Amino acid sequence: MTKAQVKNNIGFKDKLHAYLFSHLHAFFSSLGRLVASPVSSIMTVIVLAVAIALAASFYMVVANAKQLTGSIEASNQLSVFLKASVNEQQGREFFRELQQHSNIQSLSYISKQQALQEFKAQSGFGAVLEILSDNPLPIVIQALPKDSLKDNFEIKALATEIGNHPQVDVVQLDMDWLRRLQAIMQMLGRGVMLINALLAIAVIFITGNTIRLELQNRKDEVLIAKLVGATHAFVQRPFIYTGFWIGLAAGLCAWLILLVLLWTMQGPVEQLSLLYHSQFDLLFPNLLETLTIIFSSSLLGVLGAWSVLLHQLNLIKPQ
Amino acid sequence: MLKFDHVSKRYPETGDVLTEVSFEMRRGEMAFLTGHSGAGKSTLLKLIAMMELANRGQVFLDGQNLNRLSPRKIPFMRRKLGLIFQDYKLLVDKTVFDNVALPLMVAGYGRHDIAKRVRAALDKVGLLGKEKKYPLALSGGEQQRVGIARAVVNKPQMILADEPTGNLDPELSQEVMHLFEQFQQVGVTVLIASHDLFLIKKMGYRILKLDHGRLVNG
Repeated sequence: MTKAQVKNNIGFKDKLHAYLFSHLHAFFSSLGRLVASPVSSIMTVIVLAVAIALAASFYMVVANAKQLTGSIEASNQLSVFLKASVNEQQGREFFRELQQHSNIQSLSYISKQQALQEFKAQSGFGAVLEILSDNPLPIVIQALPKDSLKDNFEIKALATEIGNHPQVDVVQLDMDWLRRLQAIMQMLGRGVMLINALLAIAVIFITGNTIRLELQNRKDEVLIAKLVGATHAFVQRPFIYTGFWIGLAAGLCAWLILLVLLWTMQGPVEQLSLLYHSQFDLLFPNLLETLTIIFSSSLLGVLGAWSVLLHQLNLIKPQ
Repeated sequence: MLKFDHVSKRYPETGDVLTEVSFEMRRGEMAFLTGHSGAGKSTLLKLIAMMELANRGQVFLDGQNLNRLSPRKIPFMRRKLGLIFQDYKLLVDKTVFDNVALPLMVAGYGRHDIAKRVRAALDKVGLLGKEKKYPLALSGGEQQRVGIARAVVNKPQMILADEPTGNLDPELSQEVMHLFEQFQQVGVTVLIASHDLFLIKKMGYRILKLDHGRLVNG
């Protein structure tokens, strides 16, 4: 056997090492290329980051609105206002009576005194109330219907039943309003999902176009690699990684943009919530949501690169 | 090693470039391919390198019918070849080392193996010590030798060279041809397209002559 015909024996372990090396090489060389042409890289990344930040902000708006309606949901109960003439003893008696009711899950009793203190604490009209000799507030019993009463009609029937009691002044039921709110939330959520899908498509196409230009710039390299026996997988590897890096950078930027947006909104939102005497904390993306932004952005980058390479590589002749 | 069986190639724009070409090359043989410019030399080499497909007839390389080769297998078949171009086709933004290492990277060699083989190939063409230079910092002759090092680094079974001395002076040409002889002596099949008749005749190897797409002797 002549020297040239000696088979190039490569063991499995060496092959694995070489394969990993080839990936590492493509991984870092693609990053190096992006860093080497910072202006065009930054422009692409910012366009993508804005699109992704937009999608993430829509999501955060929905998440915050959900948080708001979520706390309302917890008060999905009947507020039973007793007549002003009912005294504490009668009120307690009526409370015990309601406790026996089969359709009520739990009850809480707010005495006149408690109601007054709560009102003083929350409204800021404490000084005005000092002037009054009598406590004008009624006893309130809050009743949470059993879960089995999901039907609007059944809950209304319960409200009417309690309302018919001579000691009861009025029963407040926020069910209808809550349902409308939930429907609006659902619509909002669906809308955001659709818009985000469109934005994802935009991200894929923007990345794809960037990769296409990169491929045009490096046509010679691709051609020569093909001529020395490179497989498609080898040729496209660095481009796929370029897509990944662009996506990753865009994801990180989008996250920063989102934080800046939320920080900017935080003050006004708190002020607004203060005017409503409520404690509303603006939700920021948690760890999982942050990772989701970065991961899906990277994934979209890879998808964009891959979709373009699928047909563009074949256009560079020879096969 | 190589067999052309009544091969014809036609381009829509220029018509027949090769007509009914038949010849064979044994393993370890060295031959020159000559003819006037436009006679079809480059096209013939492109058929072997799978850069083009024959319209009629068959090309066999190492026993494989190239017309029937699936696109998936083409890269692996190409690794049996070492291609050398008149314009060198080097990557100007990569060092000499990286240029020569490309076929090894592509074939999946490890880093240490690559370094070893690249140095051996550069040593063979007399460019050891210039690994870190960029192609444009080298002379034409040196660039061509980088191209040769890249072609032989993966120990191909066959070397195809398209006008390898086209841009070199007679002395350098002689040197390059001598390199090819050395590869032939270790068993590599070598086919060189060249119109440098004086040099070819002096060397005394088999000559395949193309005239308007037909093989007139060989």
